[in-house]
Amino acid sequence: MARSAKPANYAAFHREQERRVRRTLITPEGVDLSLRIADAGQRAGAFMLDFLIIILGLVALTLIALGLLFAGGIATGPAALIIWLLGWFLLRNFYFVLMAMGARAATFGKRTIGIRVVARSGARLTADAVIARNLMREVEFYLPISFLIANAAQDTGDSLATLAGLGWAGIFLFFPLFNRDRLRAGDLLAGTWVVQTPRRSLGRDLIGHKASPSSVHFTDEQLDAYGAFELQTLEQVLRSGQGESIATVADTIRGKIQAWDVNVSDAEFLNAYYEALRNRLERKLLFGKRRLDKFDRE
Amino acid sequence: MSSRLADASARDLRAAREEDWRRLERIVVRAERKSPRALSDEDLMELPVLYRSALSSLSVARETSLDLELITYLEGLCARAYFFVYGVRTSPWRRFARFFAHDWPAAVRGLWRETLVAGGLMIIGILVGYFLVAADPIWYDSLVPGDMAGGRDFNATTESLRKTLYDTHGVSMLTIFATFLFTHNSQVSILAFALGFAFGVPTILLLIIQGGMAGAMLALFAKHGLGVQFAGWIMIHGSTELFAITLAGAAGLSIGWSVVFPGEESRLVSATRSGKAAGTAMAGVIVMLMVAGLLEGLGRQLILNDAMRYGIGVTMLILWFAFFYLPRAERHG
Repeated sequence: MARSAKPANYAAFHREQERRVRRTLITPEGVDLSLRIADAGQRAGAFMLDFLIIILGLVALTLIALGLLFAGGIATGPAALIIWLLGWFLLRNFYFVLMAMGARAATFGKRTIGIRVVARSGARLTADAVIARNLMREVEFYLPISFLIANAAQDTGDSLATLAGLGWAGIFLFFPLFNRDRLRAGDLLAGTWVVQTPRRSLGRDLIGHKASPSSVHFTDEQLDAYGAFELQTLEQVLRSGQGESIATVADTIRGKIQAWDVNVSDAEFLNAYYEALRNRLERKLLFGKRRLDKFDRE
Repeated sequence: MSSRLADASARDLRAAREEDWRRLERIVVRAERKSPRALSDEDLMELPVLYRSALSSLSVARETSLDLELITYLEGLCARAYFFVYGVRTSPWRRFARFFAHDWPAAVRGLWRETLVAGGLMIIGILVGYFLVAADPIWYDSLVPGDMAGGRDFNATTESLRKTLYDTHGVSMLTIFATFLFTHNSQVSILAFALGFAFGVPTILLLIIQGGMAGAMLALFAKHGLGVQFAGWIMIHGSTELFAITLAGAAGLSIGWSVVFPGEESRLVSATRSGKAAGTAMAGVIVMLMVAGLLEGLGRQLILNDAMRYGIGVTMLILWFAFFYLPRAERHG
């Protein structure tokens, strides 16, 4: 199928964007799940949530240790210290590993954001990959952080060392931004990537719910004005139900298809047009013709 | 005529299958919220059927429908169900057992070449540390950081040094020291592993520095005629601990090696393969360090006899070697 390759074609741009974030994963049943790579914002958000939990855990641990110390005085001091040291060690190294290997297979932050770690090969995620992925965090995050904190605390004022530490942290911090798959060093080593598995709700179908079919009729030329991309954009406008955008879109479409004489409200007009356009495009689809967007003409 | 056909397919799909999708969604949500074990037998029986039905709905919807919300919903649902249906199904305990019985020794065996190199580097470190400090005590402070030395430096008297080897009065303080050493050593081993990707250079440095530290302390005690006793004090847990650090270094080196010399594979694939095998070995290293911590915290305070200390240290080493390298029957099934 020949597509008009206009650089200013927003639909094509959008498709290209989609293609960039989608990754093929063929299930054993032979269906492509076409997963989306999690973007940098989601990754950062999930990590911050997890890190917050770790910090809260550290605070709780410190309070417990201090409580022990005050309750038992010098006798329980060593026990308190040991609990603190071991607890921090476990928290720091195994929070991510155990959460990812546990029953729910994702850390709290990742679950909240709706992303998860997957093996790049499509095979199941193994324990060794999870371990390798998360031990790398030591170099990527804890090492530069503790280095910077130690430097700041000692107030040695060694700005060169601080700069080196910042540079080191920066390389790993921004590593995911410099590759298409948003891999961090740990992903690279473990053969994993992070994909989106959001919870989507299924609302009502926009057509087929009205008691009586719409009285508005459109000619074939009027329906040929748009393709699937515009249809789905219209779907999003209708689902969002915002009066302003509905009015704007209705004006645009009325202008494009010369339908100023259709005497119904904007919402009704758009619903009727959506239904007619979708029926027409889906019918074509059944005959193997997918019209991608308004530039896509046979 | 054809219009009715189009109307039929996409909407009929939804009318016919929507109940199934909702049921699958409820099961997946329950599994994600709690755990797979929270599912009833009925749910478990239904799950694969519903999952395959949703997958085929997705295929049909992609070909016949332009309802974006429907397709995104089905894509999301299928992906979540897929990870659950084809996810890890072995129980944690079985996986645990398999790790000790098979995965860990196999991963360590796979690293034998790197282990030899790492062990060699460590020994070089020990020798260098020993001879540097033996020649000029000024090296000691730069080889052994203050918090690791714990007062054992060249200002200490022979008597106070002897005390650090055999004293049991400050058991609690020593336990703290042991815990500190355990977390410190684990962190060092994790670093030795994780820094391996930088062509293994930082790993090599870490190994030599660790060896140098032990060598420097040995030189300090030897100067006071306590060399043999110190070696025993180190041996009881050190055979396990230094072996663990060596293995961590070997894990790091294998990653570095695969990055520098990927062979037929791409660097990425090569690094991934060795990274995963090394990850398993690393989980084992942490276990070894825990054992070392126990030997250090308890064994060393309770056992004051040099011969016994040597005996335990050597026995541990033999046990580790047997565990890792003794040939064993292949697993079946």
